[in-house]
Amino acid sequence: MKLDFQHKQAAHCENGVTTSLLRHHGVNQITEPLAFGIGSGLFFVYIPFMKINNGPAIAFRTQPGLIFKRTCKALNIPVERKKFRSAAEAEKVLMECLQAGQPVGCQVGVYYLTYFPKEYRFHFNAHNLIVYGKEEDNYLISDPVMEMATSLSSYELERVRFAKGAFAPHGQLYYPKEQRVVTDDQVRKAIRTGIKRNVRDMLHIPGNIAGIRGIRYTAKKIRMWRDKLGPQKAGSYLAQLVRMQEEIGTGGGGFRFIYGAFLQEAHAYQPLDQLLEISLLFTQSGDVWRSAAVQAAGIYKGRLGSQADFDTMSDFLLTAADIEKRAFVALSKIKWSS
Amino acid sequence: MKKEEIPQDSGALAKVTKEICYAVDESGNYGTALSNGWHVKASALDVAWDDVHQRIRSARQRVLDKDASPLLYYMELHVMDIPIIAGYTGFWKWQVKRHLRYAVFEKLSESHLKKYADLFEVSIQNLKNIKSNEA
Repeated sequence: MKLDFQHKQAAHCENGVTTSLLRHHGVNQITEPLAFGIGSGLFFVYIPFMKINNGPAIAFRTQPGLIFKRTCKALNIPVERKKFRSAAEAEKVLMECLQAGQPVGCQVGVYYLTYFPKEYRFHFNAHNLIVYGKEEDNYLISDPVMEMATSLSSYELERVRFAKGAFAPHGQLYYPKEQRVVTDDQVRKAIRTGIKRNVRDMLHIPGNIAGIRGIRYTAKKIRMWRDKLGPQKAGSYLAQLVRMQEEIGTGGGGFRFIYGAFLQEAHAYQPLDQLLEISLLFTQSGDVWRSAAVQAAGIYKGRLGSQADFDTMSDFLLTAADIEKRAFVALSKIKWSS
Repeated sequence: MKKEEIPQDSGALAKVTKEICYAVDESGNYGTALSNGWHVKASALDVAWDDVHQRIRSARQRVLDKDASPLLYYMELHVMDIPIIAGYTGFWKWQVKRHLRYAVFEKLSESHLKKYADLFEVSIQNLKNIKSNEA
């Protein structure tokens, strides 16, 4: 059984799943940047008391699952989302969806994801893919980070759906419940909601570890890493920062560019020239994040390593924080016509 | 990032797929293009794996010195930690922690050992003897 479903590659897994599922449901306007922007995907958080793979816990994006949830809600599309205790039940419900002609989004862990290269297989449990059919024992998989559609045996799929550890997916699956026509006016309103929410998340979230203040906080920490952790461990921490920033599934620097693209696309619905100007700021910020990654690489490869080099690294983050602050303040001042 | 600046260094992922990047063209309009990978990312991944291998080596030494149980070695080998092992085996976290001690592990029952052996996909015999796992 193979549903009529169009695989489409995306820069980020959850954006990609959201876009493809909504397109399948007839929401033709939706693109990856629109899904990301409407879902208020841009974020930053550094959780100081938590460790991931023995390194700092840093995220450049909002909590897993929220992009799909918010985008569907903003477009007034009801969503079904289920978690399971038993693997048998999880597979049964998946099969029922497929038989009803419904492609299904699944949250999975990547450690046992066989088509990923070994180097990428850490215990990361917030990856997303779409199941769109079954042929003999193989499920047909549309994984948004892959160029081509792929497949997993039923055992392999069960294993990644029931991966364990932080963010354990518990077989979680989700899909839009019904086909609805979305008007351009709804998209226009959804864009406004998404931007306002993102302004709130980046500028006004309480505490100092998230949003723009979170970036500054991280910059301050990096300055101290060399003395506090020693050169070896400080290098590993920076490598982790870069992986969180640039790798598939997490994005980061790339997210800034997607947000820039979102504002350009938003302009087609909300013809306000500020949007185009602010888009330039996000491009700038993304470029600063990339320069920061190059600087970090200099340190963890051992080419750089003095305190001055850590200070430069820290300054890159402060610059990015300043640019993003300007951008979000400008977004918060926009007078929406509709 | 401009389209022509999109990095094309071959990374680990390049064997399987190219990645989509968002970048601007000459007139400043955003679009997508494919990237083969970026050496900055590739080396960050190398650092992460070097750390893992370092941890495996030191775990191995501790097990040979009877300072920790073979469970520690297999845990590091599979890039796991105590909560992940607890999740897969159904043991409580405090139990897993206890089983990391050499003397405790020595006395574990077959059924306990089997859970670990299944998780790490080795025989019980090989689970107890990490030297069997030498590459």
